[in-house]
Amino acid sequence: MAEFRLPKNSRIQQGDHFTDSTSEDLKSVYIYRYDPDTGDNPRLDRYDVDTKACGPMVLDILIHIKNSMDSTLTFRRSCREGICGSCSMNINGTNSLACISSAVEAKGDIKIYPLPHMSVVKDLVVDLSNFYAQYTSIKPWLQSDSPSPDRERLQSEDERSRLDGLYECILCACCSTSCPSYWWNGDRYLGPAALLQAYRWIADSRDDFTGERLDQLDDAFKLYRCHTIMNCTQTCPKGLNPAKSIAQIKLAIQERK
Amino acid sequence: MRLELPLARVKGLGTSGEGSHHWWRQRLSALVLIPLTFWFLFSIVDQLGQGHYMVQEWIADPFTACCLILYSIFMFYHAQLGLQVVIEDYVHNRGIRLTLVLFSRAVLLLFGILAVFSVLRIAL
Repeated sequence: MAEFRLPKNSRIQQGDHFTDSTSEDLKSVYIYRYDPDTGDNPRLDRYDVDTKACGPMVLDILIHIKNSMDSTLTFRRSCREGICGSCSMNINGTNSLACISSAVEAKGDIKIYPLPHMSVVKDLVVDLSNFYAQYTSIKPWLQSDSPSPDRERLQSEDERSRLDGLYECILCACCSTSCPSYWWNGDRYLGPAALLQAYRWIADSRDDFTGERLDQLDDAFKLYRCHTIMNCTQTCPKGLNPAKSIAQIKLAIQERK
Repeated sequence: MRLELPLARVKGLGTSGEGSHHWWRQRLSALVLIPLTFWFLFSIVDQLGQGHYMVQEWIADPFTACCLILYSIFMFYHAQLGLQVVIEDYVHNRGIRLTLVLFSRAVLLLFGILAVFSVLRIAL
């Protein structure tokens, strides 16, 4: 059955309090901490950060904390410009990328948790192996029985434009981990990210395995756990619309009947 | 302990090839129910304050009886489809899930037959 309360060893306790002593102008940042080595319950640490000492984004604050306040804080980050998808986390209740979320514009305290309903590896790092396996399962590469051309496979401007809004997905997992259907049935439901990627290949005019791809998705759990809740579209830090892609997959399956 | 690799777990037993049928039926029955529900609500309000005999006469009217039977069939069918989705969403134990789905089908089938039979009994 769905569980409505966290298991005993996952309930969050009050954590430590760190302060930047250099300034009066402090912003309180609460961060979820979990260390599997200690066996302790997760806790919520409070960091009073001097916002003048770091850049304007949430990721800048996290890097500042790790550099000068608490080096044990663990999180993923790489490009710091919203293209790698590493620093996805739950910031003030919304899944987003820390590097493109403004800390300056956030009113009041900032609360940072790992992506919801995922196994936590440590602090803000979650286990994405199931998520990546789901992406692999939709075969995210061009499949074609047509003879290989000598040059590139051509697309008209119109055909290429059908990939707009799809190819920009960076697989940060913000959408899938915001979806209640994915929370309850993430082991069988592919989730909005993998389904948007599946549609990216269904919509690609150069790929002629569209039928096989639709065959693979016609399943009560893989695809039809989507109940158009739209959390995916609302949370996508890249402004994409996974819910629309899922609807288009459903329509394509219906169209061939 | 599970050493099965994530991809094997995700692929599982493969694709059932069944979800679209259920989804389409749910949409279609919902569409049919929109006019029928409006008709039903307006008619019921219209019957308020009428005597027992008048209401029986109204149900016995061929058009009313047919609409009521259609309404019962589609409503219980749609309810069954919806309830199945809810059960599949929240109940993860396979045995309990199957039992609940079959039980809900049986109960709603019974309700549907009861409704249709009741209308026929008054109308015929």
